[in-house]
Amino acid sequence: MGTALETSLDVSPLVIGGREFRSRLLVGTGKYASNADMVQAIEASGAEVVTVAVRRVDLNRASDEGILHHLDPDQFFLLANTAGCYTADDAVRYARLARAAGFNEWVKLEVIGDSETLLPDTAGLLEATKTLVAEGFKVMAYTNDDLVTALRLEDAGAVSVMPLASPIGSGLGMLNPYAIRTIKQRLQVPVIVDAGVGTASDACVVMEQGVDGILMNTGIAAASDPVRMAVAMRLAVESGRLAWLAGRMPRREIAVASSPISGMLAS
Amino acid sequence: MITLTVNGTARELARNSSLAGLLGELGIDRRMVVVEHNRSILRDRDLFDSVELGSGDTVEIVHFVGGG
Repeated sequence: MGTALETSLDVSPLVIGGREFRSRLLVGTGKYASNADMVQAIEASGAEVVTVAVRRVDLNRASDEGILHHLDPDQFFLLANTAGCYTADDAVRYARLARAAGFNEWVKLEVIGDSETLLPDTAGLLEATKTLVAEGFKVMAYTNDDLVTALRLEDAGAVSVMPLASPIGSGLGMLNPYAIRTIKQRLQVPVIVDAGVGTASDACVVMEQGVDGILMNTGIAAASDPVRMAVAMRLAVESGRLAWLAGRMPRREIAVASSPISGMLAS
Repeated sequence: MITLTVNGTARELARNSSLAGLLGELGIDRRMVVVEHNRSILRDRDLFDSVELGSGDTVEIVHFVGGG
């Protein structure tokens, strides 16, 4: 029984690899000033999927607390990444370690090809995707905004393809809307834009391209007030999604009056 | 004593030490970590007690940290 407002809102879930999510905003857990800030910001973002990294326990610190001391794995869907991996073999190793933690068989696959731009090594990414899919992983593949690579990743069995808006941690927003739109139009699997979103307007414009969701970390964590920015990003993702569903008016190069031309007073 | 590499650092342990013993010595709760022994992931934490460590072994103890 919804009101007109409710029925006009987007209530369709985001479905990835057969699993439903209500929020189209996925968030990272890195770079926060404190764990308390991180938890507050993530709760404010409304995200269900949160990414985590696999790293050595620091044996020199009396109590090196992993992130699971702060984030309840029953409350959030943990998506382990392979950040920092420069070869397919390394990425596969990290993915296997993450799965052995026992939460799920999902991985946000990154195979980095260049340390300055952190742009992906697409050959390594495809190779690792094939290996992990064969082992039963659900692979969400972080890639560049190249359509052909995106198509190959889908063919290789990725459950989601995640093109960048701009380089990781850059906050430059979406550099190539045409490429993002084209990838979304051509792929069957969900397209989640990952990396580069710097502020709410960036998130909104990304969603207005019709993509299925956004994954971000630095855009929230590096804001002066991460909790406020998390709310702004949540609203921007919802707003951009609604605007996409609503269908924007056509762009015109000339003005078209909004008020009637007839009924004007005699001069 | 035996010498093995734990998280990239050489470490001495008593002969016949088990993986569970090493974790205990390090104060690590086995439920919070994943362990790779000589490049093999040990998926069943219940078996940590029966994994015997030897000289020259490599052990990696990892967990989840913040990341994007």
